[in-house]
Amino acid sequence: MNRPDQSARLKRRYASERRFRAAGFFAVSLSALFLGLLLGNMAWKGLGGFTRTEAEVTIDFARSDLMIDPAALTGGQAQEVIGSADLDGALSKAATAEYGPEAEEMFGAGGSRALGRGLINDSSLLQRSATLWLPAGSKLDGAYKSEGDALNERLIAKLDAQDKVRLRFNSDFLTASDATDSSAVGVWGALKGTFLTIVVTMLLAFPVGVLSALYLEEFASRNRWTDLIEVSINNLAAVPSIIFGLLGLAVFLNFMHLPRSAPLVGGLTLALMTMPVIVIAGRNAIKSVPPSIRDAALGVGASKMQVVFHHVLPLALPGILTGTIIGMARALGETAPLLMIGMRAFIAAPPSGITEPATVLPVQIFLWSDEVDRGFVEKTSAAIIVLLIFMLLMNGLAIYLRNRFEQRW
Amino acid sequence: MAETETTTVPTPVPPVPRPADTVEPAEQHSPKMCARDISVFYGDKQALKDVSIDIHDDRVTAFIGPSGCGKSTFLRCLNRMNDTIPSARVTGHIELDGEDINSAAMDVVQLRARVGMVFQKPNPFPKSIYENVAYGPRIHGLAAGKSEMDAIVEKSLKRAGLWEEVKDRLQESGTALSGGQQQRLCIARAIAVDPEVILMDEPCSALDPIATAKIEELIHELRGRYAIAIVTHNMQQAARVSQRTAFFHLGELIEYGKTSTIFTNPVERRTQDYITGRYG
Repeated sequence: MNRPDQSARLKRRYASERRFRAAGFFAVSLSALFLGLLLGNMAWKGLGGFTRTEAEVTIDFARSDLMIDPAALTGGQAQEVIGSADLDGALSKAATAEYGPEAEEMFGAGGSRALGRGLINDSSLLQRSATLWLPAGSKLDGAYKSEGDALNERLIAKLDAQDKVRLRFNSDFLTASDATDSSAVGVWGALKGTFLTIVVTMLLAFPVGVLSALYLEEFASRNRWTDLIEVSINNLAAVPSIIFGLLGLAVFLNFMHLPRSAPLVGGLTLALMTMPVIVIAGRNAIKSVPPSIRDAALGVGASKMQVVFHHVLPLALPGILTGTIIGMARALGETAPLLMIGMRAFIAAPPSGITEPATVLPVQIFLWSDEVDRGFVEKTSAAIIVLLIFMLLMNGLAIYLRNRFEQRW
Repeated sequence: MAETETTTVPTPVPPVPRPADTVEPAEQHSPKMCARDISVFYGDKQALKDVSIDIHDDRVTAFIGPSGCGKSTFLRCLNRMNDTIPSARVTGHIELDGEDINSAAMDVVQLRARVGMVFQKPNPFPKSIYENVAYGPRIHGLAAGKSEMDAIVEKSLKRAGLWEEVKDRLQESGTALSGGQQQRLCIARAIAVDPEVILMDEPCSALDPIATAKIEELIHELRGRYAIAIVTHNMQQAARVSQRTAFFHLGELIEYGKTSTIFTNPVERRTQDYITGRYG
């Protein structure tokens, strides 16, 4: 049995198997390495975005120039009263009085916002002098976390010596929206816009895609027209996304006059883009349902529609959902088509409906990455982390649903 | 190989039908199904040429013949399963109780409820055993309420000889059963809608001899209740279970008659050659 030529052949066979395994292991390690680099880099840069520098300041409200009637802060118009008061000026004055002229721009929009909230919560502050921890402006924030200009470094040294500066979790980043001052920005507006857009996309693309796949696969007769439709759908899936943006601009905005920058239009545009992916995945899933199941159902006298909805669709659903996950993940990360339909505008308030102006996370990331203010660098990375977590949650939900619908035989 | 063809093959003894099966019920009523001049084309290719066969109540009719001879194609004409193949075209006339099954008045869904089918490969739905049997009655609205449905499921499983084996695990998946049990489940599913005719397309070809014996026994028991047509590759099986046998070859019906006659004293030379194993 152990002829020499056989053992040489065996040796060669094992060697080639080992080579193949090594190559595969190398490929997987390489992708894991790059993924690790990407995530590590994001986490490294972005985690700072979830913290903020806070500084202590003493304000004597009774002697400040704030003309606020404490009684007005208890009513419904409290926000307006606070909005019209010169909180920036009062903060600036108090800081200069305590820490000298360098501290004039110590607090930014984030500080004023926190002060305004504090006043609404406790209007009695207005009658006395109070010592408060408030979020610092972006320059001071940058100087404390890493390096800033000479002025702010000096200020930080002074604050540090008196123990008047600290680092805290930045809850505003998750609850606020876009702002011009990097210390005051948050992702809530973009997150909500993303959610509304994705819901519109899902509600349109999933039913239309699945029904198209079912019709083409189960009901349509094979002829030149269905061939043409099949080729068109396959091509549609490969069209660059910016083209869909132009289409959305031309059809939904210029022709149908839907509101600009709205999640409704964004969702419609992304649905156009996602639908072909769902149709293709759906058709493949439907094709892979064994014909014997169709025969069995027809054999007991089920109508075509009963066969499709009682047997074919439930068996094809896991495959359809996989395609949907891929399509939705692509839509979720899409920027280009949304730029075309005006979702790149500066939106400082979260949208309250699908026709309100909104932006989405990827576009928000794109906008922040373009900002001059250095404070936006860590905010950009932090927003990327939020987007990745949102994506993970959505995919996790889809995988959970897919496993629930999976039937084994 | 040419040498072996010229050597004389010792003639195998043809299977002798059991005496009980040779006794035919008297021809007192008209046939259940009547097929006249059936031709089937797949595209340009003719798969079946002018076949005429009657299928009777209380009797098992077996279709035998070599692979590709058209016997399954003919069976699928009887409940219009060929409609699902886009390239298939059927000509001729088939009657069920005197009604033309291809007429506009005949609803194909109702036809398939009256003419049930059991397939070559066991194909239970990937659902529970109970759901497999209850599916047909449910879509045809045969049961009002849970208790009636339970009764139908129990009766059908009993008739299919599966009740004792599965009565404690009706909620388990039908696909978890063994091959033979799956095929009996498919038979239970077919008889749950109370058909008049049951078509079986090589129901035992994927089963071992013990499971096959059980199915054959079942066919004997079902014979009194339904008209049964069975396609089989196995000539012994045809001899054991059927009273009538039709021999197909290359899309033509060569001979059709009492099983005892076909197996012991066929008229046609080709039938003789096939049942003695000279080809096929």
